[in-house]
This record gives sequence, structure tokens and C-alpha cells, in this order.
Amino acid sequence: MTAYSSPSTGSDVLLAVNGLTVDFPTADGVVRAVRGVSYELRAGEVLGIVGESGSGKSVSSMAVMGLLPKSARIDGSITFRGRELLGSTEKQFMEIRGSKIAMIFQDPMTSLNPVYKIGFQLAEAVLAHHDVGRQEARKRALELLEIVGIPFPEQRIDQYPHEFSGGMRQRVVIAIAMANNPDVIIADEPTTALDVTVQAQVLESLRTAQQETGAAMVLITHDLGVVAGQADRVLVMYAGKPVEIGGVDDIYYNPRMPYTLGLLGSLPRLDVDRAERLTPIQGAPPSLLSLPPGCPFTPRCPMAADLCAEREPELLTTDSPAHAAACHYSVLLAGKQPGEVFATSAEDAVMPEAYGADTAAVTGTITTTHGETAE
Amino acid sequence: MFAFTIRRLLASIPVLFFSTLLVFLIVASSVDPLSPLRARNPPIPQKTILAEAHRLGLDHPLLQRYWDWLTGLVLHGNWGTSVSPSYDIGQRLGSAFLVTIRLVVLSIVLSLILAVAVGVLTAVRQYSKMDYAATAVGFLFLSLPTFVFAILLKSWAIQFNQAVRPDGPPLIATLFEASPNPPTGFFGKIGDAAGHLLLPTIVLSLISYASWSRFQRSSMLEVLNSDYVRLARAKGLSRSRVLFRHALRNALIPLSTQVALDTASLLGGAVITETIFEWHGMGYMFIQAIGNYDLYPILAWLVVASSLVIIFNLVADLLYAVLDPRIRLA
Amino acid sequence: MPDEEITLPDIVGTTRTTPVEQSRKGPVGGDREFTVEVRTQRQIIVSRFVKHRAAVISSVVFLVVVLFAFVGPLLWHQPYNVYTNDIEVPPSGAHPFGTDGSGYDLFADVMHGAARTLEIAASVAIASTLIGTIYGAVAGYYRGWIDTVMMRVADLILTIPALVMAIIVSDKFSASIASAWYFLALILAALFWPICARIVRAQVLSLREKEFVEAARALGGKDGRIIFRHIVPNCTGSIIVVLTLTVANTVLVETALSFLGFGVRPPDTSLGTLVNNGQTSIQNGFPWLFYFPALFIILIVLSINFIGDGLRDAFDPQQTRVRA
Repeated sequence: MTAYSSPSTGSDVLLAVNGLTVDFPTADGVVRAVRGVSYELRAGEVLGIVGESGSGKSVSSMAVMGLLPKSARIDGSITFRGRELLGSTEKQFMEIRGSKIAMIFQDPMTSLNPVYKIGFQLAEAVLAHHDVGRQEARKRALELLEIVGIPFPEQRIDQYPHEFSGGMRQRVVIAIAMANNPDVIIADEPTTALDVTVQAQVLESLRTAQQETGAAMVLITHDLGVVAGQADRVLVMYAGKPVEIGGVDDIYYNPRMPYTLGLLGSLPRLDVDRAERLTPIQGAPPSLLSLPPGCPFTPRCPMAADLCAEREPELLTTDSPAHAAACHYSVLLAGKQPGEVFATSAEDAVMPEAYGADTAAVTGTITTTHGETAE
Repeated sequence: MFAFTIRRLLASIPVLFFSTLLVFLIVASSVDPLSPLRARNPPIPQKTILAEAHRLGLDHPLLQRYWDWLTGLVLHGNWGTSVSPSYDIGQRLGSAFLVTIRLVVLSIVLSLILAVAVGVLTAVRQYSKMDYAATAVGFLFLSLPTFVFAILLKSWAIQFNQAVRPDGPPLIATLFEASPNPPTGFFGKIGDAAGHLLLPTIVLSLISYASWSRFQRSSMLEVLNSDYVRLARAKGLSRSRVLFRHALRNALIPLSTQVALDTASLLGGAVITETIFEWHGMGYMFIQAIGNYDLYPILAWLVVASSLVIIFNLVADLLYAVLDPRIRLA
Repeated sequence: MPDEEITLPDIVGTTRTTPVEQSRKGPVGGDREFTVEVRTQRQIIVSRFVKHRAAVISSVVFLVVVLFAFVGPLLWHQPYNVYTNDIEVPPSGAHPFGTDGSGYDLFADVMHGAARTLEIAASVAIASTLIGTIYGAVAGYYRGWIDTVMMRVADLILTIPALVMAIIVSDKFSASIASAWYFLALILAALFWPICARIVRAQVLSLREKEFVEAARALGGKDGRIIFRHIVPNCTGSIIVVLTLTVANTVLVETALSFLGFGVRPPDTSLGTLVNNGQTSIQNGFPWLFYFPALFIILIVLSINFIGDGLRDAFDPQQTRVRA
């Protein structure tokens, strides 16, 4: 087993992130949101980034676009087509945003400016990077609306966002991302805010967008089901660091990190023969303000041992160089099912006090240390 | 949009109607034009008092008086009878209104320009030294009573005039809305009026500027942190385009409502300012009428004042609809 | 991969059995801490307020002014409305703020004026907030035509300049000296409650859609109980902020009224009346007669504004504030 390294060179590597760290200084201390992320994205492939809220997946993508607030301290390297992005000026970022690298955000209800027509916002994306006339831009806008599957585009183009449903708005956002045929599309939780039935439609539009533009895609989500259908490779993040990376089949059929195993176990699946119970992961993600030494998953990990609390595991390759996991005991997980490692209990309240678990934080009321509840 | 305007216009009419009713009821029960007569010593004969009561229409029941007054105003343009028989309320009101309106409008315009500029600047450069300074200054002006500020400016101007030109006409006008012997000619008059507008406008605008700029700043910050501004940046649009086309356009919307809401207190501030700078505008007319227990000029004043407020609210609503398409369909 | 022999615990179907030593300490510090320490809501609010430097300083200043106004006269030897022989004397030992044309000691005058102004402001704020909260909560909860009618009435009151209305109505109530300021406070409260009502109504409108209201209703809670035991307590932040802002606003309006001669009348005094008495004094060579009362008005309103800002931050922090 060797340390995982993402090849940042290679003719078809579009985006290469290496050792990215992002710190946010706050009034309560420094929040280490991203603690060393590395991955590469090749032309035409879909990389799924999976993780809970607070795992750093969105922050790392915002860093690629240069959209983090000025107070953020970014270190490491992000190269696009071999050119280093970190440290670029705002003007340089402006040239890339929307034309080479495009982004789709989570909440379609608030992503579009409510006071401008859809056509205007679409045309704007085109006009920002191409010196064409308004008629040209409007034609392109109509084209885009058709591609993403908006019915009656000639009428819809002059409507306002509030006249569209959530799913349709997200498709418009996808259309905006596609407008200039970008090389990379980053989709940050594109379906999280939508109903399941609408999700399928939006994912379909996303796939169309990818095929039409030939772009590589980074698909960020906390939903493993979404990733399964779309991604070629998967990166699992926890507490600001990658904990497993590999091809989608490797991750789903041969996970080597307990967190990944737990995620899979908490996912309802139709391809399992017996009626197995779901195995939820107990507890909550750690605070990024004050991470204790060792593996951050320790308090929630059924396999944790003393070593885990002392030393944070590195991302080491497993069976193949493309599949790596960050767990001291990843070897032991070969071939294990989630039910063999995680308990099927759904009672968070049973979590032992000795591990510093705060039942209040888990059950959601505010309690003082003496157990009185305050509203 | 047109239909929306008509609807809002029609909706304003009952509001106007009820406000005249409210105003009439309150004023008619608080102001008694006969009280100075009754308090006279040696006492005036009862007959004279009754005659005066009849002349002023005070011998009828309250609601009938309201109806008579309202119909008289709306149908005949009759503002009512004053305690001084030679006092033409309509004419006085008209000239006083012209004097006051230029102060109010100019102040609002100045306040808005300053408030938007400072609000945007401090939002974009949040936590900078300029932000702190502007906030501190804003707080100071918020806490400065209109009359204190007016007196201060007036005394500083007097001292300035004495220091610079002790034996001559004052450089900065401190009293009245125009010189007693105004220069002839259109431009001469305008120049003279403008010079006299200086101090009162500063007083009136700086205080509303203070609250509007804070409001604009927080509105701007909220918009700057919104998802659609983030998307606009992600599209690769230039900073100025994102700032003005996307952010400011949305951030201005709440301000228009706020300005309309503040119109009433602005009129109150105008009364104070006019009193201190001894303008012969609506403030002066009002104080005079109060002193004389003159019922009908006071009523007239309030009708004009609340109509102004209702009109401003209407304008703000229309502006809101122009800026925010979601409202137009509601 | 570590070299040593690993003996894994029996992991099937149980929770962890190899306890790792933990200790619960504060978030900052070398010890293990897996969750952020919980605090009561009150503690959180207080700690946020304390971080706002201007608000804390202002609280102290305001307290000093209150003590000055109410405790001062008990300690100061000179009553406020008694002639002395020192006519128009500049600030000195016996008269720290100087005296006016009748020989009144300005120091005592300002004490009494500030006390009167503060009394009026406090009563108006409490009364208008009480009325406004109940009114706005009812309107916001029931919505529909009740809400429309109620808010139309409230809006109607707001179309009339408060200052002007107070001037008109105050004439009626210049009855006896002692009761005069109560009526003034009543008038102002009647003019200011719609402001509070609007804000509370807006809050209640959004809160009534939340699940806890639905839950309360499902448990059979009656309307009145739901409004006042469940919804209104969640508006406390806004209510407290409105309260402080009303205090500031009342001070400004009351002093303006008294300045114009329509508010507090002689022989009673307020800071506004004092400024009125002193307005020509700047040119006439007795500037202290203007500056001291004016300064106190500014000080009171400024400190209340900062306190209100700090409270707003404490109850509802946003990134929009300037960290003072």
C-alpha cells in the first residue's frame, strides 16, 4: 500500500486539486473546513463527491471558482489545464467562470434573480464571454431552454423565475451553466432541495448538459443514490478530508473505510436479497473548530481502537492504485457488509457518555449540563 | 402594470376618506376655537359667543359637521372658516405648501442619494475603517434631535457670518425662506431661495440619511450574500455589473417602502426646522393656527399632510411594483 | 499499516466496547472535545451582547445618566426651581452647569429635566410595546379580514405626523401640573403603538406557519394560549429591540414637543424646555445653557441606540453588523 497520489499531469487531466486546505478565521477560532483534499478530473468523466454537511465538499468547489469570501485562507494547489488557479486575480477568475468552469448551486428557488426575466439571465451568461449581438444571445438562450427540456421555450423565455417551478428553475440554472460550453461543470447538491420525482428530471437534464457540452462534471451530494447513477469515480469526504476515493464500483461493492460502509448501510437498496435492516451511523459530525488528534470518525466508528484516536490515517491505496482509503484497519473491511460492522440500532440515545457524546446535541433540545431543558 | 396602478389608486381613496374622518374627529374634539373667547376677562356676552359658534358652524353635531366640512372641501374647494374673518385658508395653504414642499422634496432627494451611496460603499467594504466611521457618524446623526442640530447650525452660521463679513448682509442665510428684499428676476429669486434652503435642507436630510443609510447597508449586505448574486459571479460577470445590475437593483426595493413610511415623521421634522429658521411655510402656519385655536386651518393642514403621506405611500408601492415583478401579479 | 498484532473487539451488533479515554473540556484547549459545549439560550444572548463593545459602554453611560437623574437630586443640595442670586453664572464649583437668567441652577435643572424625559420615555415605551404586541399578535395570528381591518387602523394612525398630532391633542391636557406628564405619555403611547404592532405582526405571520404551532393546536391548545404562551415568547428579540427604539424615539419627540412649548410645561421641566430656554444663549454669551441639556439628550438617545443595536445582535446575529 502506498500513499494515494492524484496525477496532476497527463494530457486529459482538466482539473487537478492538490493538498487544498481552507481555513476560516471566526470569532470563536479558526474553522478548518478543508484539510488537504486532492483529486483529479479528466475530460468527460463524472466525479461524485460525497459527504455530510460540514465535510468540506462545497467549500473545496467554491475554492476552485474563486468564490470563497476574502477572509478565507486557502493553501495548496488547484490547476486547470495545467495553469495554477489559486492566487489568480479577480479578473482572471472572471474569464474562467461561466465559460471554462461553470457551477450549479443547491437551491433553485433562490439561485435566480427574481427581478429579471429568464431570457435576460441566460443571455447575460452568453454575452459576458462572447461578443455577439442581443439577437444571437437570445437565439442561444432559446436553444438552451430546449436542450434542458423546458416546454414552450418561446413563451417561457420572457417569464420571470417565480413563474417556474423548482425543478424547472434548476433546469434553467443548468442551461446557464451550459451556455458557453464549459470544460468543467461543478454541480453542488443540485437535487437536494427538490422532490424525488423532480430529482430524476433534473439529473436527466444534467446528463444531457454533460453530453451536449462534453464537459467533465464534479457532482457534489450527500445522496449516494444520486451518485450511483451518474458518477464514474467517487470521492468520500469526512470532516474536511477525503477518506476514500475510487471508481464507483469499487466504492459501492468494496468499500474500505467504515464511514463509507456506514453510508452504504444506511441507504435503502433494492438489490439486496434478504430484508436487511438499515444500519444508521450514530452521532453527529465533529466540530471543525477543535478537531482532536487522530481519525475524526473515531467517536462514531464501531471499529475504533486506541490507534485511531492517536493518529489520523493517511489515504493509502488498497487493491488498486486508483482505489484508496484512509483507515488504519481498511484491510479488515474487505468483503464486509454494513450489517457486519454497524449495529442496526436506531437509538442514538444509547450512545455511551464516555466518548464525549452529548445526547442533547443528538436529540436536538438544549440542555444544560444538569439536564434541565431550556426552550 | 397599468391595472395595478389603477387598483392601488382606487384603494387609496377609502384610506384618504377614513383619514379625514379620523383627523376631523380628533381635531374637532381637541381644538375649541371658542376657548380664548370664553377665557376672556372681562367676560364676553354669551350672545357674542353663540354668534361666533354659529359662524364657525360649531353648533351642529360632530358627524354633521364632518360631513358639511368634507362635502364643502371636495365639492366646492371650501377649506372652512377661520377665527379671523379675513384669513383665506385655501390661499394661505397654497403659498405655505409651495414654501415647504421644496424643502421636503430637496431633503428627500439629497438623503436618498447620500444614503444609497454610503449604504452601498459600506456594504461592499464591510468592516473597513470607512465602514466604522460611517456607522459612527450615522449613529450620531440618529441621536441628534432636529431642533438641536438646527440651532447649532444656525449659531455656527451666525458666527461664521460675523467672522467673515461682520458689516454686511450675511453670507449664509439663517432666517426665512427668502430675503425680505429679494433680488429681482427669475434667476435672482431662485438663487436667493437656494441660499436660504441650504441650512434647513442640511438639517432635514442628514437625519433621515442616517437611518436610511443603515437600512440600505443591511439590505445591501443581505443581497450581496444571496444565492443569485453568487450565481451572477459564477457566470463570470464583471464586478460592477454584479454590484449594480444584480445587487443594488434588489437592495433598493425595501428602501422605497421605508422612505414612504418615514414621510410622516419627515413632515414633523419640517415643522421643527421651519420654526427655528423662521420660514413662512406650513410649519409656521400650523403653529400660528394652534396658537389661535383656529380649527379649520389645522384641519386643512392635516388633510394636506396626510394626503402627502398617502400619496408618497402610493408612489412607493408603484415603485416597488416597477422594481419587483413578483408584486405586479399579486 | 501498523506492525503490531491487532486484536479487534467483537464488533458485531454491539456498540463500541473499547472505550477511549475522554474528558469534557471547553472548546479551546488541548483535551478531546467532540461536541461544542452547550449553553442556555440566555447565556448565549448575554455573551453575544457583551461582545458588542459600544453597547456595553453605552449601558454604563445610560446607567450613569439614570442615576444622575434620579439619585442626583437626593444628593445635590440645590433644588431645581428655586431662585438664587447667581444670575447667568458660568459653570463653577457651586453650579457645575452654570445658572440661567432667573438664577436657577442648571445642574439641578438638567437632573430634573432628564428624570422627567426618562420617565416619559420609559412609560411610553412600555405602554406602546404592550398594546402593540397584543394588537399585532392578534392581527398576525388570525389573518384574513381581522388582520386587514386591524392593520388598516394601525396604518391610518401612522399617516399622521406624531409630533403634529401630539401638539394638537396636548392643548386639551394642560390641566394640572402634576398630571400633565402622564397625559403626554398617554398621547405619545397612543401614537407609537402601531409601530410595534407592525413588527410583531410580521413576526407572528411567519411564526404561525411553523410546526410547533401546528403541534400546539393538535394538542388542543386554545388560540389565546397559543398566541401568548407559544408564539409571542419567540418574538422576544424583536419586542425588546422595538422597546429600546421606542424609548429613543420618544425622547426625541418629547423633547421636540417640550422645546416647542407643547410638551412638558413650566414650572415642570424637561430637557427640551431647557434647550428652548437656552437657544438664544449661544449668541448672548451663555452657551452652557444650551449645550448641557442638548448634550444630555444626545447622550441618552445615543446610548439607547447603541444598546438597541447590541440587543438586536444578541438576539439575532447577522453578518451585517459592524463589529464595534
